[in-house]
Amino acid sequence: MRQGEPLAVARAITRIERGGQDARNLIRALFAFTGHAQIIGVTGAPGTGKSTLVNALGKEFRTKGKRVAIIAVDPSSPFSGGAILGDRLRMQELSGTGIFIRSMASRGQLGGLAAAVSDALIVLDAAGFDVILVETVGAGQGEVDIAKHAHTTLVVEAPGFGDDIQAIKAGILEIADVLVVNKADREGVSATVAALEMNLSLNPDKRAWRPPVVKTIALSGQGVPEVIDAIARHQAYLDENGLRAKKDAARFDEELREVLKRELLQETLNAVPRERWNELISEIITRKQDIYSIAEEILDARD
Amino acid sequence: MAEQPIRVLVAKPGLDGHDRGAKVVARALRDAGMEVIYTGIRQTPEMIAEAAVQEDVDVVGLSILSGAHLELFPRITQLLKEKGKDDVLLVAGGIIPDQDVPQLQALGFTGVFGPGANTNDLVKFVQDEMAKRRTAAHR
Repeated sequence: MRQGEPLAVARAITRIERGGQDARNLIRALFAFTGHAQIIGVTGAPGTGKSTLVNALGKEFRTKGKRVAIIAVDPSSPFSGGAILGDRLRMQELSGTGIFIRSMASRGQLGGLAAAVSDALIVLDAAGFDVILVETVGAGQGEVDIAKHAHTTLVVEAPGFGDDIQAIKAGILEIADVLVVNKADREGVSATVAALEMNLSLNPDKRAWRPPVVKTIALSGQGVPEVIDAIARHQAYLDENGLRAKKDAARFDEELREVLKRELLQETLNAVPRERWNELISEIITRKQDIYSIAEEILDARD
Repeated sequence: MAEQPIRVLVAKPGLDGHDRGAKVVARALRDAGMEVIYTGIRQTPEMIAEAAVQEDVDVVGLSILSGAHLELFPRITQLLKEKGKDDVLLVAGGIIPDQDVPQLQALGFTGVFGPGANTNDLVKFVQDEMAKRRTAAHR
């Protein structure tokens, strides 16, 4: 798997998705070999052309001799738990190039990045990939979460998507390291770029880095070298200002909290038998007790 | 540990230009709680085998309307074997004449769903087969 052999890497990711002690053992065995890969997050509203852009970026990195892996995340249906993972469809060109593509479903993670995705990043890093592109659907929380795991985050916009509102949506500008306006051959592209630039000027954030706004037509590859360039400049900015360590600290802080949240919750839930749980829910419904009192009772019972 | 969703690759090898059936199948499988990797039309055997490996799918569903199944399916199963991914449940669908079914079964296709097949039957078939395989794996 450490050589990046596709079947071995794929099976390792499946083990991660299954979770449990096996997944934990795998992470434990691999973690020391991570820290080399450049992780690039690509997010944005559905329909802005993220997959097509990722396809183009993958191709470009490959021509520069980089070993590339792609994780494409799509939402699971909250009703059936199933998912259609269709991002691969836009990346046909990458077939046979040695680029590893894995489609992952969010699996019920409420917004945010699926737990398995951050662990899959560990697998791919340990497998020796130089660049890992992670594509997620920007639907509120999901956008912010990928930014915590990536070194450089691209936010993709497109003209005609209610841009004025998109452009000032809370969190988008703060998490974007590079803003890409894709489908730049569409009407309204100048207005979109102008709106983004204006908002960047009106809301200067604490970083010394002003995200460049790059126009692309991902389908034809136009603007893609400029995006790669912007990514490289951002990486240089991180290195020159000693910010890479800070980013890593923030990432692992976040991941550790997420793991603790999951573990502690699961432990706590495991300690309450189903009948007792239902009883407690009934007590809330009948107003016998409020939620906080019930929660306290459960937590006290743990000790 | 919760039961893992079944991962299915739905692929259309060859030169079919029409994929409504495959999309209907993909949706039915999703509604049954499966994760469906749909790779679109005009897939070569190499692309299909590569996707099956990288996505580590449980099921490979091949849909074909052009009649080239006896030509293309053996190449795909051969590639899957070469790449070490011959543990998948193989299902075929589309325009497949009854007389060709035995040959496909000999290749390893456990289920063949030709014209008129019901998506409910297909879903149940995949679920039952996967349940059998998973029980066997836990022994």
